[in-house]
Amino acid sequence: MNHQHLFEYVLQLADNANVLSHRLGQWCGHGPVIEQDIAMTNLALDLIGQARNLYQYAATIEGKGRTEDDMAYLRDGWDFYNLLLTELPNGDFGKTVARQFLYDTYALLFYSELKNSPNEMLAAIAEKSLKETAYHYRWSSEWVIRLGDGTEESHRKMQEGLNEVWRYTDEIFQPVEREKILIAAGVLPDLAALKPQWEEKVRAVIEEATLSLPEAAGMQYGGKTGRHTEALGYILAEMQYMQRAYPGLEW
Amino acid sequence: MNAKDWPLWEVFIRSKQGLDHKHAGSLHAADAQMAIESARDVYTRRMEGVSIWVVESAHIHASSPDDAGALFEPANDKVYRHPTFYDLPEEVKHM
Repeated sequence: MNHQHLFEYVLQLADNANVLSHRLGQWCGHGPVIEQDIAMTNLALDLIGQARNLYQYAATIEGKGRTEDDMAYLRDGWDFYNLLLTELPNGDFGKTVARQFLYDTYALLFYSELKNSPNEMLAAIAEKSLKETAYHYRWSSEWVIRLGDGTEESHRKMQEGLNEVWRYTDEIFQPVEREKILIAAGVLPDLAALKPQWEEKVRAVIEEATLSLPEAAGMQYGGKTGRHTEALGYILAEMQYMQRAYPGLEW
Repeated sequence: MNAKDWPLWEVFIRSKQGLDHKHAGSLHAADAQMAIESARDVYTRRMEGVSIWVVESAHIHASSPDDAGALFEPANDKVYRHPTFYDLPEEVKHM
């Protein structure tokens, strides 16, 4: 394990939170009802908080004087290591809920383990993120059940949402090189061991929601190594525009 | 999904242990659980609360503003109902 592995890995976690936060933020003013509009932007703000902690830590590890803002606003798409799942377009509310639920279930299990990491900084960030994530999970799992076990139309849309995002879930649990090294060094929990727990939790909610588990076909990978869907470019264009057009702008 | 189809709920927040729940506002929700969760997001984002009550607005019975005169004004001319009406004897301390 060297600094570069840890640096890139911390960026990976930060990018997950940042990109997913941006997606949720896009619901601002467009939520199905104002209460849920506020709920989704609340989740987005929690995730921004997580991303900031992680970007700050990444900047410290790198030690080249870059700041959290440089990490978020001045890196190109191929240097972003977020999961493909987090960058998927919002689609309808059902798809957003599906994406959030599958991510939250993972984040909940993952942070519960990461808080025992010998890396004190990661452990502290995990501990802090865990409370927020527990609420996110409660929100998203609740909506999966409501929509799945709701009307014919909400059931159909919820199922379609799950089907659409499902092929981006295996990437979570397939370690890339830097993760293998950090897992071997004991810094990270074993991702492969998390998968059955994740499946069990996801299955329980999906069953309660009277939905069916989508088929695991055509799984997509690449986000963690910087190979993204076309969606990320649009996100970064929007997110980074101001700093790219007016470098150093403050307000 | 349409908020108009969801009933209105009144939200009461207890800001600290030992204090009363206070009316914070209202929101639309399909049921009590959703109302509590939405209340958490809408009214306690800055850690304002330790406890939330919600009640469907339809279950609140209110007095009519037209009755205000009959209900409240008679109290105005009964000054002896206020403790300030009475003179305290010197001997009574710590009141």
